[in-house]
Amino acid sequence: MKKSWWKILSLLLLIYTVVGGFLMDVPALPILNESIRNLYFHVCMWMAMMILFTVSFIYSIKYLMGFSYRNDIFAKNFAAVGSWLGILGYTTGFIWANYTWITDQNQSLSGILKEPKLIGAAIALLIYGAYFVLRGSFTDMDKRARVSAVYNIFAFAMLFPSIWIIPRLVGSLHPGGQGGAGGNPALNFKDIDSRLRMVFYPAVIGWTLLAVWITTLKIRIELIKDKSLLHV
Amino acid sequence: MYKRFPFLVSRCTLLVAGMILSFVAFAQNEPVAMADTMRSNGKIYVVAAVCLTILLGLFIYVFSVDRKLSRLEKNRE
Repeated sequence: MKKSWWKILSLLLLIYTVVGGFLMDVPALPILNESIRNLYFHVCMWMAMMILFTVSFIYSIKYLMGFSYRNDIFAKNFAAVGSWLGILGYTTGFIWANYTWITDQNQSLSGILKEPKLIGAAIALLIYGAYFVLRGSFTDMDKRARVSAVYNIFAFAMLFPSIWIIPRLVGSLHPGGQGGAGGNPALNFKDIDSRLRMVFYPAVIGWTLLAVWITTLKIRIELIKDKSLLHV
Repeated sequence: MYKRFPFLVSRCTLLVAGMILSFVAFAQNEPVAMADTMRSNGKIYVVAAVCLTILLGLFIYVFSVDRKLSRLEKNRE
């Protein structure tokens, strides 16, 4: 095993997240109640996804600068694990919304489905889904790497309006919509309680490190596979 | 004018008292339900323990995959 300090750090931070996330004091808020603790899990998925997509974007640019096949493998796997985190974030968000929006605020399901944050996140994930469809449609390795690197840059650029900008311009049940304190509700110092921040920031780092670790495993598998292809 | 002063003071006191009372009433209006019974029973620790077990299992798995991969990489060289 490749011993690295950040793998241990990830384990320690996530142990802290689970223990602190369940046992530490949180602000008592109506509607949310104890479900505010989801901040350490649901929101962290999206934060980790953003970081992984950013890394994937950087590797795509690096690929286009030197056409090294290694960078293409990196970009692909970071995007894959990032999408996976996005799907987890979407699913957990749906569970959370089911109890805080539908049950407690008497929203109808059709009202929930019109929620701009949900639509935006779905669009972003589908754009990344198309990235993998695009990759799969090429038989030529170089062409695949080149076109998908360009597409990845486009996908990353589309991420910002669909997830961060448009849901904030219109009214939304999701925190961060119009009428709130403005900006990212999880990062805004006026919006998030200091007790939550104590666990939230370590949690983001912990989940991101775990995701990066899984990505490195995927990359190493692919590198071994490609090496054996080249040797045969 | 001076005759009316005590009357005014009493009116103002009443007003302020009313305001404070309404504040108290507002604060007590909706007690936010938190999982306090869970904490008083100590059962929340069970949830934390279960999640911790799952997390540790996940990490052990990732660790073992990492080790296997390293062995494979060594064999290739």
